[in-house]
Amino acid sequence: MSETTADAHGAHDHHEGGFWSTYVFSLDHKMIARQFLWLGLIMMVVGGILALIFRWQLAWPETQVWGFEWISDESEGMPEGYVTPNFYNMAVTMHATIMVFLVVMPILVGCFGNFLIPLMIGARDMAFPVLNMLSFWVAVLGAVIMSAGFLVEGGHAAAGWTGYAPLSTIPEYTGVFMGQTLWALSLFVLSFSSLMGSINYITTLINMRTEGMTWFRVPLVVWSLFVTAILGLLALPILGSAAAMMIFDRVFETNFFNPAKGGEPLLWQHLFWYFGHPEVYILILPGMGIASELLPVYCRKPIFGYRAMVYAMLAIAFLSWIVWGHHMFQSGMNPALGSAFMMTTLVIAIPSAIKTFNWLGTLWGGSIRFTVPMLHALAFVILFVIGGLSGIFMASNVVDIYIHDTYFIVAHFHYVIFGGSVFALFGGIQHWFPKMFGRSMDEALGKVHFWLTFIFFNMVFFPMHILGVGGHMRRIYNPMQYEFLQGMQPINVIITLSALALGLSQIPFVFNFFATVFRWNAKWFRVLTQAVSALIVGFIGYKSAAVMFEGLMEPVPSTGGRIVGTIVFVALAVWIYRYLEKNMAPLGADAPQNPWDANTLEWVAPTPAPHGNFGPTLPVVQRGPYEYSVPGEEADWAPQTEPIDPALAEAGH
Amino acid sequence: MMSWLPENISLEGEEIDFLFYISYYLTVVVFVMVAAAMIYFLIKYRAKPGVKAKYMHGNNTLEILWTVIPTLILLVFVLMTQTSWAKLKLAIPQNPHVRVEVTGKQFNWIVRYPGDDKKFGTKDDLVLDNQLNVPVNKQLLISLKGTDVIHSFFIPHTRMKQDVVPGRTIPLWFTPTKVGKYEIPCAELCGFGHSGMNGEFIVHSEADYAKWRKKAWAEKDK
Repeated sequence: MSETTADAHGAHDHHEGGFWSTYVFSLDHKMIARQFLWLGLIMMVVGGILALIFRWQLAWPETQVWGFEWISDESEGMPEGYVTPNFYNMAVTMHATIMVFLVVMPILVGCFGNFLIPLMIGARDMAFPVLNMLSFWVAVLGAVIMSAGFLVEGGHAAAGWTGYAPLSTIPEYTGVFMGQTLWALSLFVLSFSSLMGSINYITTLINMRTEGMTWFRVPLVVWSLFVTAILGLLALPILGSAAAMMIFDRVFETNFFNPAKGGEPLLWQHLFWYFGHPEVYILILPGMGIASELLPVYCRKPIFGYRAMVYAMLAIAFLSWIVWGHHMFQSGMNPALGSAFMMTTLVIAIPSAIKTFNWLGTLWGGSIRFTVPMLHALAFVILFVIGGLSGIFMASNVVDIYIHDTYFIVAHFHYVIFGGSVFALFGGIQHWFPKMFGRSMDEALGKVHFWLTFIFFNMVFFPMHILGVGGHMRRIYNPMQYEFLQGMQPINVIITLSALALGLSQIPFVFNFFATVFRWNAKWFRVLTQAVSALIVGFIGYKSAAVMFEGLMEPVPSTGGRIVGTIVFVALAVWIYRYLEKNMAPLGADAPQNPWDANTLEWVAPTPAPHGNFGPTLPVVQRGPYEYSVPGEEADWAPQTEPIDPALAEAGH
Repeated sequence: MMSWLPENISLEGEEIDFLFYISYYLTVVVFVMVAAAMIYFLIKYRAKPGVKAKYMHGNNTLEILWTVIPTLILLVFVLMTQTSWAKLKLAIPQNPHVRVEVTGKQFNWIVRYPGDDKKFGTKDDLVLDNQLNVPVNKQLLISLKGTDVIHSFFIPHTRMKQDVVPGRTIPLWFTPTKVGKYEIPCAELCGFGHSGMNGEFIVHSEADYAKWRKKAWAEKDK
């Protein structure tokens, strides 16, 4: 099989593409991966700004959002920068929709799936390159439709990202007309994009593994993407169908979900969560795969329990189909079902626990290198543990009676999706950047970004557990309307201040990313990068000191607060500036072929990998992907193409 | 963390809080163990010149142990939870002391109290917006109804929450144990007025409850 594909693609090796066929309508999996990356990163900015707007409203309800005062008072959404209730609901809805469907899925599945599968299994490209290109452009179409929703009259969808019917299906209930229909149409279109990607990934992995790449020599990140693709193949059509039914109800006046005409509102919830729970694993499995990939590289040690990891993922994939009802314990579905769904939900916790213990086992006895990708992988592990454990509360249908639809669940899924998926995403970007773009992102800037993000991620999302335990409902516009929540308002302020800091913390990453991609290494640009990073840290320090000195609720610090703040500001800014000045490598310098001394096949390919990936002959795999620190071998790594003493490979088991 | 729970004022809430504490201690202990192991490994096994990592692929005994132990713990947890769940959700009381009907309607709780005939839908019903009056220490059975979109009837102090679905009548029962005034927020996004959809839950002493009934029906008949 691999021979024929090699020949088929070999013919393309010398073809010179013009601008359009190289950068726009490319058939090359690596270019399509980068396109997905750009799409995801751009949408991440949109999703993040929406989050900051509604966070502002939650901390300081019904005040002008800083930076948006210029908006005309005739605006429907934010007159003079005040957030209206409908705009608030829209912001919450679209933040989640964008982050799930247009950030995490395009980057983790679209970018890493496309980039890693062919390179890591020794294939020249995806099985269906044209389908692959279509998958990306259909995703762009979906993104355009989704973005168009912001411009139409009545505003964008405002029924929550879960779009519960009949709020979402009968326009009069929200006052949103076109927006919600475009939302459903966009999801319908995006489901096709994912479907095309899934078919491609599955076919490629089954048919195009190079010689010697047996199933149990496939790297875990590829396994995770394979399992994800199977879930996508089966789950996305359900979303597409549900979205189509929503469009029919809204546009053609059918009554699938309208109880007044004999429809069934809970049908939407069943469809949505029957898709939605596998979807949760679509979002986290690639993150688990990336963590499993990075830990052995930076521990210089084989992954602990490779097969257990694979079986755990397969178990998750199977079980993810029979747990959806745990989203519906309080929905009014027959409570007897609640018992069954609690059982299955706790069963699915077990493979996740197995994975966690295996990651810890990988650390044990390693020779750990604290690079930026490794820091992200470690953060992934510990944050995923917190997210997993908080899930136990909701899995108990009894405890869920109280904490359902509170900030506790918001804390839980942000620990999994942000703490898990997004940290894995940042780690993966930094790790594979040299192969993706031919240059290495800067480690010093990466560390500044990592620590800021790690600290403020926790400052934003940990306190949400406390809000949830206090009974704070999610998706409320103004907590001060409730007496029992007023005492907790300072926590909302801490969260919002930290969220603003978390937003600022992404700026060093933006500098790092662009400087590396475009080789901006001029002296003035380096100074600018250092200065901006230093100012951000200094400013955050100033505000933190002022808050500690004054208390949270004081808008303007007194002289004392200002003096303390200024001292902290100067100290931190100078520290960061000098740290970066000393440690920043030349930005955008060419990366070596295998900068991390990693074993897997993508590092065997030249950098940057040409069209067809591997030159005239495909690599032949002789050993597993994680044979690090093999006794008797001089280096602590060797590419998968090196033969290994079979007695040794067995001895370690 | 536990001190953040609002005061509990219902019998059923005690069960929920008990299981909440179980989950809390269980997860805190696991977290501390995992985090401690991780920090210890990160310090102990940080890269040192001349020290190679251990070459090992895993350990089947460990794999079995850390599959079986969590399974057993979770199994116990499931069984503990299910007895409570059955009590709270499956054993619909046949002779509740007080019955009311609450209808969620954008953006109000419409509370219907039966008159002395104890039947709903008769002339002597009393209908109040956003005010649920009940006697203390008596079992209350609420029939939850919806007319427009999905709402969620939530009384944080009793730990009770139940979605309200148009087209269905869903029972919810509990016994309040403390006199006072509490809130009934809506917990499911129900439109632009979702925030602020909030009712009063007033638990009266038995004497006060009788007085309230008298006064309320008297006002109604005016």
